[in-house]
Amino acid sequence: MKRYDLIVVGAGPAGLSAAIEAAKCGLSVAVFDENAKPGGQLFKQIHKFFGSKEHQAKIRGYKIGETLLSEADAAGVEVYLNATVSGMYMDKEILVRIGAAMEHFKADAIIIATGASENMVTFDGWTLPGVIGAGAAQTMMNLYGIQPGKRVLMLGSGNVGLVVSFQLMQAGCEVVALVDAAPRIGGYGVHASKIARCGVPFYLSHTITKAEGTDCVTGVEISQVDDHFTTIPGTQKHFDVDTICMAVGLSPMSQLLKMAGCNMVDDPRRGGQVPLVDENGETSISGVFAAGDVSGIEEASSAMIEGRMSGLSAAAYLGFLSEKDKDSSLNELEVALDSLHQGMFAPGSKGKAFTKTDEGIAVSQSLLKKGYLDEADIARFNHFGKKTGVHPVIECTQNIPCNPCQDACPKQCIKIGKTITAIPRIDEDNTCTGCGLCIASCSGQAIFLVDEDYEPGYASITLPYEFLPRPQKGDLGTALSRSGQPLGVAEIIDVRSAKAFDHTTLVTIKVPVAQAMTARFYKREAQRAE
Amino acid sequence: MKSINDRSQDIGPFVSQTDDAIIICRCEEITKGEIRQAIHDGMFTVNEIRRYLRSGMGLCQGQTCGKLVKNIVVQELDVIPAQLDPATSRSPMRPVEMKVLGNEEVTHV
Amino acid sequence: MNRISDHPILGNIEKGQKVTFLMDGKQMEGYEGEPIAVALKASGVMIHRYTQKTHEPRGIFCAIGRCTDCVMIVDGVPNIRTCITPLVQGMTIQTQYGVTALEVTE
Repeated sequence: MKRYDLIVVGAGPAGLSAAIEAAKCGLSVAVFDENAKPGGQLFKQIHKFFGSKEHQAKIRGYKIGETLLSEADAAGVEVYLNATVSGMYMDKEILVRIGAAMEHFKADAIIIATGASENMVTFDGWTLPGVIGAGAAQTMMNLYGIQPGKRVLMLGSGNVGLVVSFQLMQAGCEVVALVDAAPRIGGYGVHASKIARCGVPFYLSHTITKAEGTDCVTGVEISQVDDHFTTIPGTQKHFDVDTICMAVGLSPMSQLLKMAGCNMVDDPRRGGQVPLVDENGETSISGVFAAGDVSGIEEASSAMIEGRMSGLSAAAYLGFLSEKDKDSSLNELEVALDSLHQGMFAPGSKGKAFTKTDEGIAVSQSLLKKGYLDEADIARFNHFGKKTGVHPVIECTQNIPCNPCQDACPKQCIKIGKTITAIPRIDEDNTCTGCGLCIASCSGQAIFLVDEDYEPGYASITLPYEFLPRPQKGDLGTALSRSGQPLGVAEIIDVRSAKAFDHTTLVTIKVPVAQAMTARFYKREAQRAE
Repeated sequence: MKSINDRSQDIGPFVSQTDDAIIICRCEEITKGEIRQAIHDGMFTVNEIRRYLRSGMGLCQGQTCGKLVKNIVVQELDVIPAQLDPATSRSPMRPVEMKVLGNEEVTHV
Repeated sequence: MNRISDHPILGNIEKGQKVTFLMDGKQMEGYEGEPIAVALKASGVMIHRYTQKTHEPRGIFCAIGRCTDCVMIVDGVPNIRTCITPLVQGMTIQTQYGVTALEVTE
């Protein structure tokens, strides 16, 4: 039996972060993961992350994964892949399937970072090939470069459903509708808006009643639900699709902790069965820690912080780190974690319906119900006194933990302040140069540069574009509104890409000045039904 | 408050529902109706239903249906979810052939 | 074709060497090292198995080795999770009926 100071189960964001911190303190660390590749779900996350600099905001998930892997390598962490931890026992021993054998490993401390598994909902035909989890869609298109389907209906409007819908479109698939039984969109409004402006309709208070097809999915039927989530007869709608994707939440994969005898609790706010842990992530068994989604569903940014905290705690538990050093490091990490735990989407705010932002501005109901801001909302959230020359228009109206736009602007035109969940404000005393760094830095793709004086009668709008083929200067296409409605002809007058933009292309369109505050997306001419 | 341990309680007759034919446990092909019937047969916990019907005992070991079965019991017995323990967790956590399970590596010292 | 040849963020997604395999006796192409399920999907195969009791078709569901819905007979061995088993040149893949390679007859 092989022994280590610390065993980490799960090589995702939490597990790798834990292993790195512990190994840096001098512990011998082994990480076990059942997958062929480390990184957990990070390598499927091709969008830019939220948060602030310390949370690696505006960096795409897979890049964060690459950094974690090289850090783990440098710290001397031993990673066992294709190694399925099949059992865990109270005396910190694990049973691992490696190849065609079962091996035992023992450590003085164990960190469980096994993450989560996807929830599913059942409906007539849900076992048909073509009904898949959102994670499956991400795995197929972002890891293996294959489209999950041509025409997809997404169930679930949480961040996973919204992000995966956008990624499906980036992979060249058509998303025909986004459906959720809840009466409000669950994820970030900015994620919803990215999809809405491409013309994807949202069906809130709807659920799937039937997957159609004999051998595989050929269509889907959705129905409206009432306040008790009961389907209302006669409200069926049909869509021709080949794929139905479910993004209806995650559950902690906490079986190993339960098996080892840790005290567990059923906490719906954290996604289900979770271990009882103290502020350091230590379970009821001393020396056994839990970090990341396994101790409560959140997202990768907080999982990485929790992982680091548990790694340091394990190091202190084994005497590799003084209590004093541990406390000072943990305090710093707690501040970083706390900043992610603010605002409308904080773990403690789950299920709450906010009517006002922290700033006291009425929230957009249109955004919550249809996925896009209406014009009255825009006026409430944007205060630009002078309308001469190019200036940013920030369509970020919810208190989400994110501030890269503030750091991105070289002219300090954008102000958020210390609380990263605050809504960005435009400082009119500073002059925008139109560099576009704010557009590319916005993980929510919610910043646009507008110039109402571009040409007499015409305005220019610069918008983020992450699709192929990239528009070319001189192309003519259609300007789309926030809801994806065609507004008229738009001419591409500039296309910018730069390393600093990290695969976000800045496309500038010329539209009649009346559309300066309504046109927010560009559709290629070829796609127009003539 | 209702308790799942009160086996004498009257949970009423089994009334069929329109979605009883929907498969809940994908591996063992157990339907919602079968699970509801099992509850009316006196199986009040996820573990009992597992042993009675084999739901959650197939290849995937209840990865997908664990929560679904639990929700059906919660609805049928009208109890709060926290009252109902999930199925016992035990090794092996993932499907493994008997020959592999029996092949314990003891070379490491 | 459902392979993504060029991706706005990921560019060209790296692939192994082109290999051939047999799917229910029919020769198909895929890339070495990618999951069997991906190669099958690229060739338009949606049904991986028929269930034991009700003979229902099943295919990819979770794609990460958890749900075991995509199991098939690979080189004569049943219950192989095709979504996490890498494709190798010359593999023999068969649709699984129940837990064996034999079609269930009523």
